Amino acid sequence: MNFPVLKIALRALARNKGRSALTMLGIVIGVSSVIAMVSLGQGAQKQVQDQIASMGTNLLIVSAGSQRTGGVRGGAGTSTTLTPDDVEAILKNAPAVSQASPSISSSVTLVYGNQNWTTRAEGTDSNYPSIRARDAVSGAFFTDSDVRSAARVAIIGQTLVNQLFLGADPIGQTIRVRNLPFRVVGVLQARGQSQFGQDQDDTMLIPYTTVMKKLQATTYIPTAYFSAASDTLTVDAQQQIGAILRARHNLRQGQVDDFTVRNLTEVAETAAETSKVMTMLLGGIAAVSLLVGGIGIMNIMMVSVTERTREIGIRMAVGARSKAVQYQFLIEALVLGLLGGLIGIVLGLAASFTLAIVFSWPQSISPLAVFGSAIFSMLIGVFFGFYPARKAANLDPIDALRFE
Amino acid sequence: MEPVIQLRNINKVYDTGAVRVHALRDVSLQIEPGEFVAIMGASGSGKSTLMNILGCLDRPTSGEYLLDGNDVSQYSKDERADIRNQKIGFVFQGFNLLRRTSTLENIELPLIYGGVPADERLRRSRKALGEVGLGHKEDSHPNQLSGGQQQRVAIARALVNDPSLLLADEPTGNLDSHTAIEIMSVFQRLNRDAGITIVVVTHEPDIAQYARRIVVVKDGRILLDQAVRNRRDAAVELAATVSEPELEATFS
Repeated sequence: MNFPVLKIALRALARNKGRSALTMLGIVIGVSSVIAMVSLGQGAQKQVQDQIASMGTNLLIVSAGSQRTGGVRGGAGTSTTLTPDDVEAILKNAPAVSQASPSISSSVTLVYGNQNWTTRAEGTDSNYPSIRARDAVSGAFFTDSDVRSAARVAIIGQTLVNQLFLGADPIGQTIRVRNLPFRVVGVLQARGQSQFGQDQDDTMLIPYTTVMKKLQATTYIPTAYFSAASDTLTVDAQQQIGAILRARHNLRQGQVDDFTVRNLTEVAETAAETSKVMTMLLGGIAAVSLLVGGIGIMNIMMVSVTERTREIGIRMAVGARSKAVQYQFLIEALVLGLLGGLIGIVLGLAASFTLAIVFSWPQSISPLAVFGSAIFSMLIGVFFGFYPARKAANLDPIDALRFE
Repeated sequence: MEPVIQLRNINKVYDTGAVRVHALRDVSLQIEPGEFVAIMGASGSGKSTLMNILGCLDRPTSGEYLLDGNDVSQYSKDERADIRNQKIGFVFQGFNLLRRTSTLENIELPLIYGGVPADERLRRSRKALGEVGLGHKEDSHPNQLSGGQQQRVAIARALVNDPSLLLADEPTGNLDSHTAIEIMSVFQRLNRDAGITIVVVTHEPDIAQYARRIVVVKDGRILLDQAVRNRRDAAVELAATVSEPELEATFS
């Protein structure tokens, strides 16, 4: 019995192609906007995560603690306990740590020709590009042997290129730092402003040994950067670094750390949470439009039942049972929902790809949004088709036949 | 042979709350297989109500209705749908074909609801279409057919499940007089050659003259029930004239 009814319903839909298409439109728009919105939100989420990852993957920052001088505590990094040897030891003994790079910076005034510029010289080592995810774009990063020999080589940021060299190629040129000549070996990848309004291009990278020996004459470093071997090992790495440093600094049980270890997980989590909320919001708005699409199906089906009263009368006169009429209209609604859903999926995916390209965001299609909205649109068809179908089935054949 | 229709003391009362209308009062009627009956009456006479009950579209308030020997008077909605599907073929004044649906698909509609397999549906629909002389119009849609042709398609639809009773409600009401004669000739041929039992409801005495028996209804009662005298023969009348549509059909 059900197979012929399916055929009847499909024929009835095909007979009224224009109306069928219009009815589906609501569902098409609903489903495609759910898919597009969710993928938009997820793309944004991924974008934010990528940005955070670009700040340095699995980055851990160890700062020397504060120094207490007669009751007055200095700021972070003032304690003279963290050394390059500590960094070396952590790299060797902490299995969760894959890379390390000491950091010590100094404010310097640079001179080139008749130009001068005051900036921050950050002492680091050759691991900088992989730990901080920022490499030299022209020229080359300095090498381990430059670090060992405390060579006077510098990688300069784009702001320095503009201020000192007025945009000319600085590679191979010599700049003077506190009257010491430094050779420019590379230009650092431009980053622009940080989230906190800092110009990340107004900087100069030189070997940390050079800062310690030639600029500051110190044996301590205020900061060191570490990479955890993987995302999941960040916490382990944090604990291992703490244990090694406590042992090396001869801290007894109960004594406070003379250093702090921080990571960027919290920042990442907050940002991810924010964009997740946005995704849900967008998805929610789109879901409402899907619901409106469903109500559209009900409207048209109601109109259709009235408009086709005579047809229903004819069907009943030639022997269609109430259930057969009900199933016909239910199947029509179901097929409209399903077909609208499928078209919506195609359009939604197309829209997602287009949006991703336009915003140059990472492509992110949510299978949940695709299958969820497909099933939901079918349910909508059945749910909103039910009432009109019952109305059709309850018509009296005599009245229906007489209907003009 | 068992009568096709036996009505015994049929009453139909419409109770609309404020008004009680006694549409049929103690109607008894018997129709044998192979009869051709015209039910006549003015509007409000109760002939439409009688026709609805005969067609199992409606139930009598009281009384017995035996169709092929089965009392169908108290059948449920679904049971009546099945009876209509199996035993009754309807022809209406307004043709009542499905729009935007081919002739063949219109004709096979009762078979679909009867659960007949597709190949047999096709075979029987073609046969029925051939019987009304429109075998070449299989794929035409109702709006491409003349009124007379549409009514023939409707007759084919009524015949397709070999009903015990062909029930026609003002079948010529929307047709010009010549086409009306054509349709009546189809009925007469089906009745004479195939022995199909036909009941035609009409208010036109001219049309009733093509039947073999006339039943006149007035105020919910059967006023008159008699054989037709001076019966008209549609085929003979048609032979005397050649219509323009026929000419066109011949040369197209």
